Amino acid sequence: MKHVLAALVENKPGTLARILNLFRRRGFNIESAAVGETDDPEISRLTIVVNGDNNVVEQVIKQLNKLIEVIKVSNLSQDTMVGRELAIIKVAVDKETMGEIIGLSEIFRAKIIDVSMKSLVIEITGDEDKVNAFVDVMRRFGIKEMARTGLVALARGPKATKVEKEEV
Amino acid sequence: MPKKERMKGTKIVVESLMDEGVEYIFGIPGGSIIPLYDEYYDSDIKHILMRHEQAAAHAADGYARSTGRTGVCTATSGPGATNLVTGIATAYMDSVPMVALTGQVPTTSIGNDAFQEADITGITLSITKHNYLVKDVNELQRIIKEAFYIASTGRPGPVLIDLPKDVQTGDAEYNPETTVNLRGYKPTYKGHPAQIKKAADMIIAAERPVIIAGGGVTISGANKELINLAELLNIPVATTIMGKGTFPEDHLLSLGILGMHGTKYANYSVSGSDLIIAIGTRFSDRVTGDVSRFASDAKIIHIDIDPAEIGKNVRVDLPIVGDSKNILNSLVSVLKTNISKETKYKNWLDKVTTWKKEYPLYFDKKADTLKPQYVIKKLYEATNGDAIMVTEVGQHQMWTAQYYLCKNPRQFISSGGLGTMGYGFPASLGVKMGLPDRLVFDVAGDGSFQMNCQELATAVQNNIDVKVAIINNGYLGMVRQWQELFYNRRYSNTRLGYLPDFVKFAESYNAKGIRVTKKSEVEDAIKEAVKHDGPVLIDFRVEEEENVFPMVPAGAPLTNILEVDKI
Repeated sequence: MKHVLAALVENKPGTLARILNLFRRRGFNIESAAVGETDDPEISRLTIVVNGDNNVVEQVIKQLNKLIEVIKVSNLSQDTMVGRELAIIKVAVDKETMGEIIGLSEIFRAKIIDVSMKSLVIEITGDEDKVNAFVDVMRRFGIKEMARTGLVALARGPKATKVEKEEV
Repeated sequence: MPKKERMKGTKIVVESLMDEGVEYIFGIPGGSIIPLYDEYYDSDIKHILMRHEQAAAHAADGYARSTGRTGVCTATSGPGATNLVTGIATAYMDSVPMVALTGQVPTTSIGNDAFQEADITGITLSITKHNYLVKDVNELQRIIKEAFYIASTGRPGPVLIDLPKDVQTGDAEYNPETTVNLRGYKPTYKGHPAQIKKAADMIIAAERPVIIAGGGVTISGANKELINLAELLNIPVATTIMGKGTFPEDHLLSLGILGMHGTKYANYSVSGSDLIIAIGTRFSDRVTGDVSRFASDAKIIHIDIDPAEIGKNVRVDLPIVGDSKNILNSLVSVLKTNISKETKYKNWLDKVTTWKKEYPLYFDKKADTLKPQYVIKKLYEATNGDAIMVTEVGQHQMWTAQYYLCKNPRQFISSGGLGTMGYGFPASLGVKMGLPDRLVFDVAGDGSFQMNCQELATAVQNNIDVKVAIINNGYLGMVRQWQELFYNRRYSNTRLGYLPDFVKFAESYNAKGIRVTKKSEVEDAIKEAVKHDGPVLIDFRVEEEENVFPMVPAGAPLTNILEVDKI
């Protein structure tokens, strides 16, 4: 089963290496990992998608928590989170297919961000299923290149993965 | 109160070490760490010059295990640092508090493959509790403070600090009032009261309980509490090798050690129990055998300070995360208010006692040849069971675990998790430094001893009075045993074939050497070694192909026990 983990980590050199090393060392597979600063520049947020049964994921979370630089880890439940992924796709194009691709992109609310006579670069944002569906549709035109960010996610509602106030 | 002061990086290191109460540093200097060694030159902390960095790490480890204080070792960059690796990994596996300081090329050269540059923080990522590459001298004091805090609290472990040469020579402010604040590191010490209450209920409801005590009991200093719990209800106690001595092994309720070379009655009791109270143990494969068939009738209460150990290897019915001393204390008081006279598990104890009588540890005591077990037994008798026993790794280690009964924690010092040959001798030097008034024996194999025998120089130079008992069988004995039992006696590369004359070896270092070839000589040799002021090496020429029994083959359930043929 797929699990989405959100980890708040110290924004320091080496932190990411430490986390990725942990996955390698314990034999856990990462499906995707996306990292970026939070509103507090000293803290980064890492969204990791892992595949595994509940025991494996529980062990992943515990091992992550053991790392000194990991401040907090949440297991975002699939049903109560909002998640988005961004992909940019370079699709082969000619006079005949141009119109069709643009039409399909509109249906998916994807944006064309680069145009040449032989290719289009299209940006699409959405949950994984939507991105996958769009990629499948584009496949028959010939995907020349593609880059995906991996999932970023937040819990729905007021609940947040935040650093608790520290007692000084 | 000392004031804030600007000082050199190396001075900050030494001041910080003094603040932490460090007495000894074990190490070897080299190019990138000369500035720090220059500071050691005038310092009150005693530096013990080792002959190999691996030995420095083991000595710091031995010091830590015997005293409970954080051990410190130092090495230079590159090969010095990589030589520490085995020692750091050994400490990591057995949760030993240690701080390793390594020299590093200047920050301006890092990444350029400079002379004696090794990415030691990268290399030790998986074998340290945490590590640091200090890039700015202004962070040095905070980092050292954090390192000691991390190494010694929660589940202890080694922390490495990599010190580039320019950080050592740079200067920064030293503030004696610096405190540690790590938002990502908050160990849990107090057990959850509701979980403790549930544990008490489970213990009262049980009919065949067994306690398994591990190294966590030693680290926590919970041995008194463990005895209280066991005696309160008469619960038999088996220990892991790491937990050896946490429960007095001459106690009526003691089952000795369990697992691969554990006593038959410990393994039978654990397998036949309906409740296991596991304290500070990580259920290593050497302890559980086949996990899927481990104690299949038993519910398991698991007390551990490391939440990641809960449910990692075996299914757990009731976890209690926290410090075992705290938890056992609370558990005993909850139990005291809830027990009735009936909760004494009488039938179960009878059964366990019968197993103990029926299946004692066995070796041929009447044999004319010198049996290794006989040597250990004599060591036990001649030292009144009072020596600190350090071991290397292999058959001699298991015989010592079986035949040298320990009454106290920190009395049996051995590489349990990593199984590092060459650990014992250098570790014993650290042990003796930490506990100078105690008699310290390193029980060694002829193979293991040779992996760090160069440290005899360190022992003699500093008059570190340790006694080494080499159980010399001319083989890498444990591997030979597996080859005999599971590989059709094909002794591939386990016959050592050529050995030094260990007596002459000792004498070449100005240490005392004694050779023992007969049973009748054993006792006198031990007495002579104990009486001698200074390091002694006893070469016990034991029967070559003796095996360690009982034995649960790797991957088999604990009830599947191989035994010696009693002819």
